[in-house]
Amino acid sequence: MSGFPALTSGHRPVGVVSFAQHDNVRRDGEHNDVEMLLPVIAEVFGNVGITKDDVGFICSGSTDYLVGGPFSFVGALDAVGVWPPRAESHVEMDGAWALYEAWVLLQEGEIDSALVYSFGRSSPGNLSEILALQLDPYYMAPLWPDPCSLAALQAQALIDTGRASEADFAAVAARARRSALGNPKAQLAYDRSPEELLREDYEVAPLRRHALPPLTDGCAAIVLAAGDRAYELCERPAFITGIDHRVETHALGARDLTRSASTTLAGQKAGVGKAGVDVAELHAPFAHQELILVDALGLADDVEVSPSGGALAANPIMSAGLIRIGEASTRIWSGLADRAVAHATSGPCLQQNLVCVLEGV
Amino acid sequence: MADEGVHYSADHVLEYPYVRSVGPTVGAFLTGLRDGKVVGIRGTGGRVIVPPTEYDPDTGDETTDVVDVGPEGVVTSWSWVPRPRPKHPLQTPFAWILVRFDGADTSFLHVMPASGPDEVATGMRVRPEFAPEAERVGHVNDILHFVAVGGGA
Repeated sequence: MSGFPALTSGHRPVGVVSFAQHDNVRRDGEHNDVEMLLPVIAEVFGNVGITKDDVGFICSGSTDYLVGGPFSFVGALDAVGVWPPRAESHVEMDGAWALYEAWVLLQEGEIDSALVYSFGRSSPGNLSEILALQLDPYYMAPLWPDPCSLAALQAQALIDTGRASEADFAAVAARARRSALGNPKAQLAYDRSPEELLREDYEVAPLRRHALPPLTDGCAAIVLAAGDRAYELCERPAFITGIDHRVETHALGARDLTRSASTTLAGQKAGVGKAGVDVAELHAPFAHQELILVDALGLADDVEVSPSGGALAANPIMSAGLIRIGEASTRIWSGLADRAVAHATSGPCLQQNLVCVLEGV
Repeated sequence: MADEGVHYSADHVLEYPYVRSVGPTVGAFLTGLRDGKVVGIRGTGGRVIVPPTEYDPDTGDETTDVVDVGPEGVVTSWSWVPRPRPKHPLQTPFAWILVRFDGADTSFLHVMPASGPDEVATGMRVRPEFAPEAERVGHVNDILHFVAVGGGA
């Protein structure tokens, strides 16, 4: 046992002690959500030698809009097997926000550990139409703007400021997919030059295919443990020293799309700038968004950004944010990093953002 | 037990059989579109928010007076769709545009026909092309699309 780091958020040290994710694939037509989750839940518990009976709380993140039925997330609990009944909750959000809820409950001190998981399959439905339903119902949703079209508006606005170009987007995409070659869970990995990527046609100008995330089926899980319990389960826990999430207006045309004010504020509240950062796992589904996030968080040039390949390598809906926290934690566990930043986003054009600072002792 | 080969079926209709009032703020904008004009609302410091919101998105202050804006405006950003999706408002190549109407301080999302990305540009002046009066119902699609003022980017 090596003590605990100073906390910016909360008063009780809570660490990420286990992480598992499914293979990220374009289409898993053979398994339902529960069947995809079962091996992931088994792995996340198996890593630290515990069972569902050892955690005090279970929280999941998913969206019923993918299935088209209310309370569809209840069925996913079968992947954990909650009988007799367990303390459990759910957020209609990425699993990173489920982790936030579990972290809040752990602050209260009545429980010492929690399971967080998230799941979603992009393949059965039409995400371009499903995600349009999250927009303003009077002014935007009736036009059916898809996430790629809106992200492209953001990318063009960024180009117009002169702070970035299409070549910069291609450089981000090339680096991310090259990093992903070292990630066995990645869906999209390649070694191609930015110059080659720039010869692709526009998907929605100014974004070419390489600047877009893949469509991904997947799921992920994390175990959190507080105080001494964290050290019982993990030699070097990735302690959450700061965590915060902020949201911007749903009025897209009232935002400065070239900045991420909510990320900046969440990063300040989470204490990102209090010390150096070794690695940052950023949930930037579109290449240009990484540039906006690096700027918003004030990350120095020497910070390693998304060594997993990030959301450009695999973008499982509702899990890609939680996976950023898991990937950052693995760098703490291995000693590759002492201080990491993980980020999750939700909504069009980085509308809502969660920032989490992880530290090893 | 039913005989082998006999199938029973019933129609299942999912519907929301109610009418929702959009209220005085959103309603003012949609009613304005029906009447062939564009309105915004005053927020903090007198800035004009279009499309209008019930509160200022930055400060949370209640918004106040409805004011006429446009109908011309300037493109503040755009993206160009070479292959429209089935639900998109236009089925030939078009641009999504954020338009800041004259007199407004925020931008409004809509579409403009464009056969290539060189036909749209940030800063270009545009105006809405309304549906014929008899077809307007108080809906964002009462604007069919935008067109360049004075032709071309």
